[in-house]
Amino acid sequence: MAGGVSSSSIMETLFQRTLEDLIKGLRLQLIGESAFVSKAIEEIRREVKSTDPHTKSTALQKLSYLASLHFHDMSWAAFHVVEVMSSSRFSHKRIGYHAASLSFHDDTPVLLLITNQLRKDLASTNEFEVSLALECLSRISTPDLARDLTPEIFTLLSTTKIFVRKKAISVVLRVFAKYPDAVRLCFKRLVENLDSSDPQILAAVVGVFCELASQDPGSYLPLAPEFYRILVDSKNNWVLIKVLKIFAKLAPFEPRLAKRVVEPICDHMRRTGAKSLMFECIRTVISSFSEYESAVKLAVVKIRELLVDDDPNLKYLGLQALSVIAPKHLWAVLENKEVVIKWLSDEDPNIKLESLRLVMAMVSESNVVEISRVLVNYSLKSDPGFCNEILGSILCTCSRNVYEIIVDFDWYVSLLGEMSRIPHCQKGDEIENQLIDLGMRVKDVRPELLRVARGLLIDPALLGNPFLHRILAAAAWVSGEYVEFSRNPFELMEALLQPRTSLLPPSVRAVYIHSAFKVLIFCLHSYILQSESITSSFPDNLVLGVSELVLKKNMLEGSELTTCEAPSAHRSEGFNPRNQSYEDLSIKNGGDRTINHGQTSTPAFSENIFTYDSIINLINQVELALGPLTGSHDAEVFERTRHILCFIELIKGEITECLVQKGKTLESEEMKASKIIKLISDAFSEELGPVSVSAQQRVPIPEGLLLKENLDDLETICADFQVPESNLFSLGSPYYGEEVGVSSFGLQDKEESEPSNEATSLLTEHRKLHGLYYLASEKNEIVGNDYPPANEPKLQVNPNNDTEDLVKLTVQSLATNKKPNHAKTRPVVVKLDEGDLVTVTAKRPETKDDLVSGAVREVLLGSDTRTATSQSNPSDKSSSKRKGKEKINVDRSELKENLGDSEKPKHENPSSRKNKHRISGKERRHKSAGKIGEEREENGQKGMQKSSHRHARHKAPHRSDAPLNVVSQTPVIPDFLL
Amino acid sequence: MIHFVLLISRQGKVRLTKWYSPYTQKERTKVLRELSGVILTRGPKLCNFVEWRGYKVVYKRYASLYFCMCIDEEDNELEILEIIHHYVEILDRYFGSVCELDLIFNFHKAYYILDELLIAGELQESSKKTVARLIAAQDSLVEAAKEQRSSISNIIAQATK
Repeated sequence: MAGGVSSSSIMETLFQRTLEDLIKGLRLQLIGESAFVSKAIEEIRREVKSTDPHTKSTALQKLSYLASLHFHDMSWAAFHVVEVMSSSRFSHKRIGYHAASLSFHDDTPVLLLITNQLRKDLASTNEFEVSLALECLSRISTPDLARDLTPEIFTLLSTTKIFVRKKAISVVLRVFAKYPDAVRLCFKRLVENLDSSDPQILAAVVGVFCELASQDPGSYLPLAPEFYRILVDSKNNWVLIKVLKIFAKLAPFEPRLAKRVVEPICDHMRRTGAKSLMFECIRTVISSFSEYESAVKLAVVKIRELLVDDDPNLKYLGLQALSVIAPKHLWAVLENKEVVIKWLSDEDPNIKLESLRLVMAMVSESNVVEISRVLVNYSLKSDPGFCNEILGSILCTCSRNVYEIIVDFDWYVSLLGEMSRIPHCQKGDEIENQLIDLGMRVKDVRPELLRVARGLLIDPALLGNPFLHRILAAAAWVSGEYVEFSRNPFELMEALLQPRTSLLPPSVRAVYIHSAFKVLIFCLHSYILQSESITSSFPDNLVLGVSELVLKKNMLEGSELTTCEAPSAHRSEGFNPRNQSYEDLSIKNGGDRTINHGQTSTPAFSENIFTYDSIINLINQVELALGPLTGSHDAEVFERTRHILCFIELIKGEITECLVQKGKTLESEEMKASKIIKLISDAFSEELGPVSVSAQQRVPIPEGLLLKENLDDLETICADFQVPESNLFSLGSPYYGEEVGVSSFGLQDKEESEPSNEATSLLTEHRKLHGLYYLASEKNEIVGNDYPPANEPKLQVNPNNDTEDLVKLTVQSLATNKKPNHAKTRPVVVKLDEGDLVTVTAKRPETKDDLVSGAVREVLLGSDTRTATSQSNPSDKSSSKRKGKEKINVDRSELKENLGDSEKPKHENPSSRKNKHRISGKERRHKSAGKIGEEREENGQKGMQKSSHRHARHKAPHRSDAPLNVVSQTPVIPDFLL
Repeated sequence: MIHFVLLISRQGKVRLTKWYSPYTQKERTKVLRELSGVILTRGPKLCNFVEWRGYKVVYKRYASLYFCMCIDEEDNELEILEIIHHYVEILDRYFGSVCELDLIFNFHKAYYILDELLIAGELQESSKKTVARLIAAQDSLVEAAKEQRSSISNIIAQATK
């Protein structure tokens, strides 16, 4: 019965929890929140089915609350949302629309149902209902919705109700994005709104063009006169900022435009009191008009003002602006270097980072050594995050374009070694790459590289730091590959086999073992060479030693029987790397040897270094250290260990015999062992070089090899292995804790859990405590174009005097611009013909061709006559407009003059110059239009191939026709602003 | 354009979220988690901008609430700070010295006000007075309907007693 239904709904209404009840309830649940929420959702599920619109809408409101703040799924309620949207009561409708714009997305099935509702509301006489529908459409517009509702939007674009029209203008952007054909209908009206005298309308429409122009600036060039008028006439900072953005985007497409707008922009920059507008002027000039020197100079002056401001925001933006300008006008950075370096020690990590970037921008061939020195010292004092930023940027700057700015590679390699030892260093991968890369590319640096590698390997403390493992791997590789530069290979071997290598991950360990193999081969090979030469030249000498050798051999055989015991005796004598005295000794030896054997680049060993004794020791040492690893579970480690042990097995017997025999018979038979050693040694001494990035492409694909072209199914296989998204923001580390926060935390909690009336007293207390974060009690009525007061401008006393030293230091280093650092000539750096050098493509503004701009171009170019008529049509009586027109007229003559005489003064005939310029301009445009046409045709075809969408197929021929029109029409474009 | 607006309390509780670009529910939670981690840990006298995933997030703290807006790289940060301030002033005027609790219990009103201030990720109304007037007009629409409704339901409720 009807009565039953209504009474039950009344009961529901009476006992329904309101939104406030829900919120209060939630706030009381400190622990069992989820239980409370699921109970509430259960209620909502029941209530939302109610026939009473009030009950239903309240339920929906509660659900929206849970969805937007507690992220509960509300997709199940989509149909109820539609029901509430269609309610005739505004209060319900509003709840429904809010829920829709919160929860609907392109795939929501019920979207099909709301087209008519939206259409009805868009045409409603109640402007608030229209506004709801527009708001909703801006969030959830789909191609279908956009297509079906375009006529309504078109009507609203010229409605007299300003409140509705401004919203319609903003929403048009979303409609265009989803349904490009709407441009054909609506664009004209949108352009007409540029003439509006209402500031809100103007702001909205300029905002739309700003967004449109960011996608394809070229298409909007014909509107430049309108924008110019706004730039000159408007007093509204919101509008001006957007117009500046538009010009920044248009400028690269039309060089003559820049000439016209630079002056007004500078005027704004000089005159405005609003920092936001001033900053926008600066940004526009430095990004798009950087060839206008006077403007840039003015901008740099203004940047300077920002830099020295106490407001951290302005500081930050000033630094950012400098880094934009740095590539083209480095002088601007150099002029401000003291400030920039000063902010390197700011408390704000973002500001520090920006100033670091700028310091790196100042680095050049002549000052790289000094700046790196200062920065490395600085990184020692920084927190881990920033320390690594510093190291990263040094590494990145120095390795740019194949170490372009490095002259002294020995210095750089030792710097890498030094950086590895910085406690917070986490740049292991990069340092590893560079160490190996340098070894392969720069021959002359190898001795120094080996020295650095030795230093790293020999230090047992480094093995414990997992961030350094990659670097150690590189060092190990270097020590194996370039062992011929070593003064004491035995020492390297010790380092490679030291017990603490067990701390290394298997992959690094494998490199260690392989390097040990290389070192071993080198030693054996050197030994053989040496003994051969000795045998031939001083046979007597060797004979003397033979008896000794025989003894040793016996001992060795003994040790073979008891592998474990004998070598351990060796070990205890001094192979333990932890034995400090031994190390010192060996280092000393190395040092002595340097002195003795001076500058010889060929391996300089004392004669007695490769004795029989030492070789046998070496072999034993290797066997002992690697023996346990034959049980390794890591394939790589296991295999490499086996290699080296088998090799030893192979040669061990013979090498001793061979020597004995040689000593005895003097006729040197070619022995198997020495043959093997030579062979392997030859293999290892084959020089490794850098590999081009594109090397793989040059390898021809073997015939009969079928490569799968479509790897789509790979995605399904890999779906489970999601690569963790790289977090671009690297500074949010918890090191920058809050200082103020902790003390007032308890207070906050209390405030949370108490009802609102009791909170007021606490609130005043809180306000006292955190006055900084409250609105000023006296209301500032100046309409908000002025920048809000910054955080307390308390000038902080510079905490560390280091900074000042740093400034001085770096200033010095920066000042020595022409330091004759070239006493040493730069060694050859191997470069590959391709792939190495970063291809510096000329930054040509590219025309991104999408459907919207295609349509826009069509409308704009096709309707040039219209633009002209609307301009000459005095229907719009606004005086500002007429003024604008006059201005444009004046400009025309002015510009002609400019073009004539000021642009290229060397040309003798101004008039011919002018003509030429004009023609070239036209040609250029013509060409670009043609190219765009081609691209579009491609797009059209692609669309046909790919999309099974009926719509796209239907439109394709039309689209490919369009560019032809464009091309034929281009010559008709009036010269903007001429 | 503005991609989203977030209000986060100092304890990390979310007070308002408005998404102008499409984000799935999962992404929304992720964004919130990441950003509140980044922003709430920043000290009081640092700059109000954070670079985040190729976007910029402009935030400002008022009382115990952080107002955050995410914008494109080339957008004007200072302009966004002004918009935030603008919004806070309007809220302040509407609620009469606004505090966090006002926003907690009137979460829908905070949305309605935001909807009058921004549309499709752009500022639509720069006059505080106009926004206040529009909101008042809509409120009165709702109030009128409410009175009507409550009177009817009263009648029925009494009739069914």
